[in-house]
Amino acid sequence: MEPSARHMPHPLDDLLRVDRIPHIWCPGCGIGTVFSSCLTSMKSSGIDLAKTVMVSGIGCSGRGAGYVNLDSYHTTHGRALPFATGMKLANPELNVVVFSGDGDLFAIGGNHFIHAARRNIELTVVCVNNFNYGMTGGQVAATTPFLAKTTTTSLGNPDSPFNLPLLAFAAGATYVARWTVLHARELMGSIQEALLKKGFSFIEVLAPCPVNYGRRNKLSLLDTMRLYQQKTIIKNGASPTELDIDFSRGVVLGKFIDIQRPTCIESYDRTCRPQEIAEGKAA
Amino acid sequence: MKLWRIPLDSQTVQTPKGIVHILEDRCKGCGYCIEFCPKKVLQFSNRFNKKGYHPPEAMNEGDCVNCHFCEIICPEFAIYSMEDTRA
Repeated sequence: MEPSARHMPHPLDDLLRVDRIPHIWCPGCGIGTVFSSCLTSMKSSGIDLAKTVMVSGIGCSGRGAGYVNLDSYHTTHGRALPFATGMKLANPELNVVVFSGDGDLFAIGGNHFIHAARRNIELTVVCVNNFNYGMTGGQVAATTPFLAKTTTTSLGNPDSPFNLPLLAFAAGATYVARWTVLHARELMGSIQEALLKKGFSFIEVLAPCPVNYGRRNKLSLLDTMRLYQQKTIIKNGASPTELDIDFSRGVVLGKFIDIQRPTCIESYDRTCRPQEIAEGKAA
Repeated sequence: MKLWRIPLDSQTVQTPKGIVHILEDRCKGCGYCIEFCPKKVLQFSNRFNKKGYHPPEAMNEGDCVNCHFCEIICPEFAIYSMEDTRA
């Protein structure tokens, strides 16, 4: 859609495929905010955008790869991390950003996630957690809070949700943070740090899904945002074991883990290519 | 803005002024920019855009301090603020 003559284009239009905007995300959906924070951080971090790739899987947030005006890959369901891993190993110069949802990264792609974190591949993973499978009609997901209503759990979810930062930490991620879409400024700071971080970085973003999750739990879009405002506690460096999502107790946000350990490529070169390192050929 | 004391650097710090630009036809009317504007600059307009939503409009444009919060919270890339260089 052409911007009206009165206005200059939006500051992010150079990173967007403007012909595809407006995007398909519902009114009030948090993915758009996370996506725009991601683009702003990519711009402000000063990384070489010609060598930046965005990879996403399937689901609402999987559409992100289709809207960014960079090299991008919309992969098969749950396989965003394997594609990203291959890309990074084949061309270590690339900055690879994985932008995907909770269902894609932690349900069907859960195994890929733990192994990418274990190997410490240099990726930036932004996970939009909207607590349900939004695109398919709001079914219960691995991240749906206890007793929350979804299409398939009309009496309330009987299972406990994943504690994603704990999972990422336990699997070996070197940077772990959690924010909500309302904390967009802190989120941009975190994504920027994660982009410049050498190692596997994981950022969970809580996002409202007003049409599927919100409607069944009596949470309008502004109610969800007020919940994020009133029932969240910012506690940087909190222990990952206390990060369960329970809005009645309060949800802890912040940057939890920022450590250094050898990346996959470094360890591989040291173990399998000692000769090349000695001769200064390997990266 | 109410302050419980006058800041010591109030003489040296200039409050920035901003102008809000709205790309009306991209708006889906979620109202986040209106609800979370710290200076309450925006309100829903009575107009409809191409998609049938009410886009926001600036009612107290002079109050905008160019904090860019509407720009970063907008999921639709439909609003941004620029520094007012007219003054």
